[in-house]
Amino acid sequence: MADIEVGRNILEANQSMADQFRQRFAAQGIKVLNLISSPGAGKTSVLEKTLTRLGGRLNCAVIEGDIQTDEDAQRVAACGVPAVQIQTQGACHLDGPMIGEALEALDLEGLELLIIENVGNLVCPVDFDLGEDMKVAVLSVTEGDDKPAKYPALFRAAGVLLVNKIDLLPYIDCDLERIHDTCRTLNPQQKVFDISCRTGEGLKEWVAWLESWVKG
Amino acid sequence: MHELSIAQSLLGIVLQEASRHGVSRVTKVAVKIGALASVVPSSLTFSFDLVKEGTVAAEAVLEIEQVPAMGVCHACAAEMDMSGLVAACPACGSKDIELSSGQELYVDHIEAE
Repeated sequence: MADIEVGRNILEANQSMADQFRQRFAAQGIKVLNLISSPGAGKTSVLEKTLTRLGGRLNCAVIEGDIQTDEDAQRVAACGVPAVQIQTQGACHLDGPMIGEALEALDLEGLELLIIENVGNLVCPVDFDLGEDMKVAVLSVTEGDDKPAKYPALFRAAGVLLVNKIDLLPYIDCDLERIHDTCRTLNPQQKVFDISCRTGEGLKEWVAWLESWVKG
Repeated sequence: MHELSIAQSLLGIVLQEASRHGVSRVTKVAVKIGALASVVPSSLTFSFDLVKEGTVAAEAVLEIEQVPAMGVCHACAAEMDMSGLVAACPACGSKDIELSSGQELYVDHIEAE
């Protein structure tokens, strides 16, 4: 009978890959965002609008995570930005080995901003570090103002929150202030932008902030 | 359903430790899981029972200790329960509070023969 002290992080293999990626990104001067939301909150629309508004002022690339199809990578590529699609074949989140493979297919030389669009899911992606500088949460107002309180892990971890589809506020029962209040409680340092990918509202402010964050 | 990938990572660590210590049968695996780690204990047990089949840990019992979500106030050093939404320190009202536990996800020890 032996009692063996272990004291090891269960996700240490993923963590060590993420740490290596982070060092590599920092050495090459690449800022990295991990974009997380539920399915249909508008991650890909946010990407399209953001990349279009950046208009080539930043050298960007995108890694797209989806369970099936390469539709999202095609949408991003149509904005003139290199995109690599990862099809997770059922896995509910991206992890280190998937990012490692995607990086093989990307030219990182001269890159300033890499955006990783995670699989649509408010829970699992939060536990898997991908070597990003910051998590960006996208929440659409149609999902309900109770979501930050119900899924606190993401809203606590995200450095930026994009509240999307605000053009629909007049038609639904969603208290935008409640979203703001809950997120301020979970993460007082979080930057929040209320946006609509459809009307363009708020996008100018978000893109200006992003540009200065990448260059800063 | 990311408990399955967590169970696979967990088994990998258990098998490494078993081999490193030259044991032939792992009887218990003790893990600590924070209340905010987004891991469901019953799902993790179910997944671990699936992946341990045919390994030296096949008969290992998974013991999960849940670590409560706690916070500490930087202004008055009070400790508080952080399982709900906590906007301010209940003792002094300061908003300068920080999570001190609840995000753990690690293998504490294993028992083996």
